[in-house]
Amino acid sequence: MSTATTDNAPAQADTVGASVSQIEGGDKLTGRALFTADLYRHGMLHGAIAQSPHAHARIRGYDLTEALALPGVRAIVTGDDVPGDHRMGAFIKDEPALAKGKVRYVGEIVAAVAADTEEIARHAARLIHVDYEELPAALDPAEALADGAPLIHETSETYAAVFDSGTSGNLCSRTSLGQGDVEAAWTRCDVVVERTYQTQAQAHLSIEPCGALAEVDSAGRVTLWSANQSVFRVQANVCESLGLPMTRLRCQTPHIGAGFGNKMESHVQPALVALALKARRTVKLVLSREEDFETVRARHPATIRMKTGAMRDGTLVAREVELLLDGGAYGDDSPGVLGYALLMNCGPYNIPHVHAHGRVAYTNKMRFGAFRGFGVPQVTFASEQQLDEIAQQLGMDPLALRRKSIKRDGDPWFGGQPVLSNGLAECLDVVERASGWQAQRAGKAAAATGDRVRGYGIATSAHISGLLASGAVVKMLEDGSVLLNTGAVDIGQGSNTALTQMCAQALKLTMDQVAIASPDTDGSPYNWGTTASRVTYVTGRSVVAAAAEVEKQLKMHAGQMLECSVEDLELLPGGKVAIKGVAQRNVSFAAISGRAHWAAGGPIMGTHTWVFDQKTLDPKRAVAVGLPFPQIGIFSFSAMVVEVEVDTLTGKVRVPRAWSACDIGRAINPTMATGQIEGAFVQGMGYALTEEMVWDGARLANPSLMDYKIPTFAELPETLQAFIVESNEPSGPFGAKSVGEIGINAVAAAIANGIADAVGVRLQQLPMTAERVLTALLAKEGA
Amino acid sequence: MNAPQTLNLRINGESVPASALLHDTLLTVLRDRLQLTAAKRGCNQGVCGACTVSVDAQPMRACLSLAHNCEGAEVLTLEGLNNDPRMQALQHSFARAGAFQCGFCTAGMLVSARALIEQNPAPDDAAVRSALSGNLCRCTGYVKIIAAVQSAAAALREEVAAS
Repeated sequence: MSTATTDNAPAQADTVGASVSQIEGGDKLTGRALFTADLYRHGMLHGAIAQSPHAHARIRGYDLTEALALPGVRAIVTGDDVPGDHRMGAFIKDEPALAKGKVRYVGEIVAAVAADTEEIARHAARLIHVDYEELPAALDPAEALADGAPLIHETSETYAAVFDSGTSGNLCSRTSLGQGDVEAAWTRCDVVVERTYQTQAQAHLSIEPCGALAEVDSAGRVTLWSANQSVFRVQANVCESLGLPMTRLRCQTPHIGAGFGNKMESHVQPALVALALKARRTVKLVLSREEDFETVRARHPATIRMKTGAMRDGTLVAREVELLLDGGAYGDDSPGVLGYALLMNCGPYNIPHVHAHGRVAYTNKMRFGAFRGFGVPQVTFASEQQLDEIAQQLGMDPLALRRKSIKRDGDPWFGGQPVLSNGLAECLDVVERASGWQAQRAGKAAAATGDRVRGYGIATSAHISGLLASGAVVKMLEDGSVLLNTGAVDIGQGSNTALTQMCAQALKLTMDQVAIASPDTDGSPYNWGTTASRVTYVTGRSVVAAAAEVEKQLKMHAGQMLECSVEDLELLPGGKVAIKGVAQRNVSFAAISGRAHWAAGGPIMGTHTWVFDQKTLDPKRAVAVGLPFPQIGIFSFSAMVVEVEVDTLTGKVRVPRAWSACDIGRAINPTMATGQIEGAFVQGMGYALTEEMVWDGARLANPSLMDYKIPTFAELPETLQAFIVESNEPSGPFGAKSVGEIGINAVAAAIANGIADAVGVRLQQLPMTAERVLTALLAKEGA
Repeated sequence: MNAPQTLNLRINGESVPASALLHDTLLTVLRDRLQLTAAKRGCNQGVCGACTVSVDAQPMRACLSLAHNCEGAEVLTLEGLNNDPRMQALQHSFARAGAFQCGFCTAGMLVSARALIEQNPAPDDAAVRSALSGNLCRCTGYVKIIAAVQSAAAALREEVAAS
């Protein structure tokens, strides 16, 4: 066997930090990429759902006769087909696979049909007759928590929960966090601002509607493909809600048409698996846009009472917040959203005295759950406006006030967790410079044209990068190339590319020497999910650690092959191990892997799994009740400036220019990172200005893209600049933190501050539609 | 329900017999009967633009076009445009600029963008925004798509100038 090669390795540029094109581009740009709805199987059936017309009703029985009689109908499932009392839930086990005994919101899935065509299945779904006994409904969270409200879950106290949720009656969960002595602190404040804010339900609106395809083998084992953000959460939810052992279900993933939290927990998968098991056939079920609007999930409507106090010089002293979230009919991610919103309520500022309390109410509405920002856009809308009001009352520049209290190097997070890297001050510098903050504000009156007035708003925020479990397997193939398997679902943001870049960099390989496996619960290491901005950091750390294990094994072989000490070896670019400083004395990965496969040691594989383990709170600094995440952290930061134009005749608000800077630790792929920041800004602009799910009583009134407006090219700012600040997180893979959510958190707040700067009115309600802005302007004139 | 009829469609340069009901849309026939799945069903209401295909050289919403009305027309989907020089220039620039993320809206976006640069070889920012304002994207924030369309147009102009 040859143990040395003489060909010179090509000089190789770093892959980490390079704007490598997304590796799925070849398929996505040619139409070859297959999403759930594009999957076809031999002899497959098509599924459709039947939905509840009532907000709250007891199910007395089903009459399926007419539906089953329709030619082409093969199977129908209802709650009666799920034996026992099985329920799923990320935090509280409160949700059946499909409605059982009761329906709890309009649109809830009560039955599913499998038929020869989608048309027949949809027709049959309309022929299913459910005998309902209507019950009084609780549609508003405050009303739901009042004495005598109709009980949405009669036995909620008995539900299993993964933390001290305090569930009781219509109270889904409650959380309290505190540090210092708030009551005593108010007396030391020279200025106190207290207001109540209201935020709306926002639809995720990934352009791909949710769907799934289930195949059943002769032993009743199911393979499930679905629009998802975690094959492992799909597996857990389906098995929990149907009472199946996890060995009976294999979850895989096609391409995902984006997920912003909506595809993390389950949607149609549990009902579809029940249907496929009953039909004993392959079934595909894809929701229509309207069904997706009505049954999947949305961003929590929130009522936020917030009070902030500061001293005359602008030093922030105290904060109190009381948060009420509409959780909808099932817990889903609500307890997590509440706890996280409270943990982040101060934003990236040092406020010594804080009391934060919140509740999630069950209501007879659809589930509200995870959505990019996870509660932070709501509290930031309140918090950043209060900072501006304090600045105004103190006659300070809003940016100067922020500089005074922002967390800087070494300042811990609210609750005491250490923050190892912090580029927030630089983010502020960057957007101040890029926007020309001082000059723009000074010159804004001159820039007004007719009825259109301009203003400038600033806001900051933070987000986490580390949460829960991840893993990686780096397997060396016989020819010395590498297969990376992490189980992390790429939902379109490009994690497959970024993780491949990290693996290639760690082993000094080129991108095309590393392939990445598609997530598969049968073959991939556990990954909690593509959520919480966590994949780059948490999974990236596993990739780096697993690659290091491969490097160790490579060097062990090379030491034997080159007859030298392992310490004297180094990796060379392109797949070689050489004696340090003697590049021509090397062995190729191919030679080593061949030896490992056929002669000595066994095939090379590096593995790593871990669970993020930094404590959320320091018990010496903070007290907590009902904290859903005992271990969460590693903070990214953002600062942004927006230029806002208000038409004072109509109230219509436009954002002509915006500058968003994010400290993400290190950009593994700068183009993909700025893509996250830009996309988050525009989604946040929709949240701020136009997007609102509206209920007419219990029924969602605008479940269509005709009536629910997301930003288009026409609304995009003329200038939207994304800036990356790299603070180099010491614990991060190649210094990286997170970028998925950080760019959305402060958008609505910055625009609200810009409106106030332009026309002197403060809006406490989202979205800031022309109607609401005009009403505020008229009220100001009348006052 | 009506009985299916066989339509003679011209799709991607070939005559394709396809079975269709009277009310079947072009999108249903492309996706469900012919398994040409590049065009996506995002809203089925003509708003999102993910189903955009070229019909007689015009970008059209396949979800709003009845298949029967497309008999005799020249239908081009992304699958049939992969060898088209304009499309190739767009694909190249979309890849470089990061002008797609999840890719679900991308086929429709590309077909609309190709129609634009066919009519206007040097589209300015406003022209790109206007031509693509019927194609929704929830991932990118649109910035990189505008840059990619303009850079593809520039590359095509250079090619023309060089030849």
